[in-house]
Amino acid sequence: MNVLEFESHLHEMEENIEKFRIMSEKDNIDLNKQILDLEKRLKTEKEAVYSKLTPWQTVQIARHAQRPVLEDYINLIFTDFIELHGDRRFSDDRALIGGFATLGDQKLMLIGHNRGNNVTENIERNFGMALPDGYRKALRLMELAERFGLPIVTFIDTPGAYPGIHAEERGQAEAIARNLCEMAKLKVPIVCIVTGEGGSGGALGIGVGNVILMLKHSIYSVISPEGCASILWRDGAFAEQAAESMKITAQSLKKLGVVDEIVSEPLGGAHTNPVATAKSVRSAILKHLRKLNAMKADGLIENRFEKYAHLGVFTS
Amino acid sequence: MWFKRSQPGIKPQIKKSVSDGIWIKCDQCNEIVYCKQLEEYAWICTQCNFHFRIDSHKYIQLFLDENSFQEMDAHLKSIDLLKFKDKKSYSDRLKEAKRKTGLTDAIRTGRATISGIPVVFCVMDFSFIGGSMGSVVGEKIARAVDVAGNQKLPLIIVSASGGARMMESILSLMQMAKTASRLAWFSENGGLFISILTNPTMAGVMASYAMLGDIHLAEPGALIGFAGPRVIKQTIGEELPEGFQRAKFQLDHGFVDAVVSRIDMREILIKILTFF
Repeated sequence: MNVLEFESHLHEMEENIEKFRIMSEKDNIDLNKQILDLEKRLKTEKEAVYSKLTPWQTVQIARHAQRPVLEDYINLIFTDFIELHGDRRFSDDRALIGGFATLGDQKLMLIGHNRGNNVTENIERNFGMALPDGYRKALRLMELAERFGLPIVTFIDTPGAYPGIHAEERGQAEAIARNLCEMAKLKVPIVCIVTGEGGSGGALGIGVGNVILMLKHSIYSVISPEGCASILWRDGAFAEQAAESMKITAQSLKKLGVVDEIVSEPLGGAHTNPVATAKSVRSAILKHLRKLNAMKADGLIENRFEKYAHLGVFTS
Repeated sequence: MWFKRSQPGIKPQIKKSVSDGIWIKCDQCNEIVYCKQLEEYAWICTQCNFHFRIDSHKYIQLFLDENSFQEMDAHLKSIDLLKFKDKKSYSDRLKEAKRKTGLTDAIRTGRATISGIPVVFCVMDFSFIGGSMGSVVGEKIARAVDVAGNQKLPLIIVSASGGARMMESILSLMQMAKTASRLAWFSENGGLFISILTNPTMAGVMASYAMLGDIHLAEPGALIGFAGPRVIKQTIGEELPEGFQRAKFQLDHGFVDAVVSRIDMREILIKILTFF
């Protein structure tokens, strides 16, 4: 398990508990009281840390190497997943995947960034940074869902759309713009959930929905804190300040009206208990889909339109 | 992380107004050009065809019938809801931009005529915080699209922007969805939208309304793309090919219908508008 810097003292406490446990087994001494005591202290300390996480600490949790990725959710909560490949234009992007899936008894179209679980997978999937081909595949699948009346669920977890030569040659901007425009018009319910990092246009490219959910320790922003720092402070080292300024946490985004509901995470973050996290994700999605399924196509489109029409602040 | 306010190759700020002095040095060929001559030639270098960056007033003069521009929603002003602070506070940046440009935000929208044809015309101004799109830009575009849609008028947007305005954070990102959903409605209702891409049209603006036109016209040499060249260079660790993300590159890759010299733009617009 990767230990985050601000959690190192918690980790030490965990190690001590483990030592006590081993000692008590090996030497057959009753250390139960001490262990229970330590565990209690650990929990209190953990609650204290997690109740006042800074935005920058949240960034680190959102990017944690062991944080559950789309594939984990597919295995944990979807009873089947029929992956559909390719944009029918150029290629099959591995960073953004999709297909038919079932959640509970709800059949749906599942689309999401696909970061991978280890370095080899990360590389193969380009760390979840999609090409235009990925966004075009997503649109193809969304239109397919619309034709067959399937609701759409998108899982957002990307540092951003891929910045590369081929991505520009094939129209990264056009692909994202097209998705924003077409997603606004889809006649089926769309539920989006940010599970890790919601990186700017690359996130929004599959993120126009009736309901936007965010896991408690995920982030969503117009630019990465590092990118913001390197532009506005002219130095990427100011990422921590940028993270503060940008209001990128689920709590801030809920206040701004961008996010409709925060989905809880276990104490210590999603990576400490992927099963419990996935369960929360499952019930949040199903709850909203039930409501949205009751709405007619026009109502769904109107609802989405109004949602975005009201986002923004100005004086007149 | 790919929204960039300014890129290498883009001068972060217009250093001098092209009409201030009598002579001016061309940024591209270094030739000294006579301002009066530049003005007559739509602020294009007569030596090398370099298109000087011009402000929204000049676009209004160049493309629209004289005195036809009736501005809408000029009273909308950005507010610093997030109390955003980098090296400067957003409030100070706004004040400074207003003072320097005399504008209220990075876009002007209004009704106008071109050769007598009524249109809704929107023009961005790079000199206002890099033409960045925040809530006001998004809202003004949304309202302009509404007017065009309700009155069955063609819509023209001249873009000049480094992307979304970081100081409004997620709210500026949401303007992409706001403008795109309005344009979806506009297009479904048979509206004609001509998107004009000038130097630069990047990131959040490019990945929303700028790329959703029925017709895309680009000024020669304009930098047009999603990710900034510096970010791409850092990511791939290679030099970028000559002409990468320039207007001709976008033409060659099928993302613009034509590269049109600024001096010819009005005529082309008239041709398109009278075709319908």
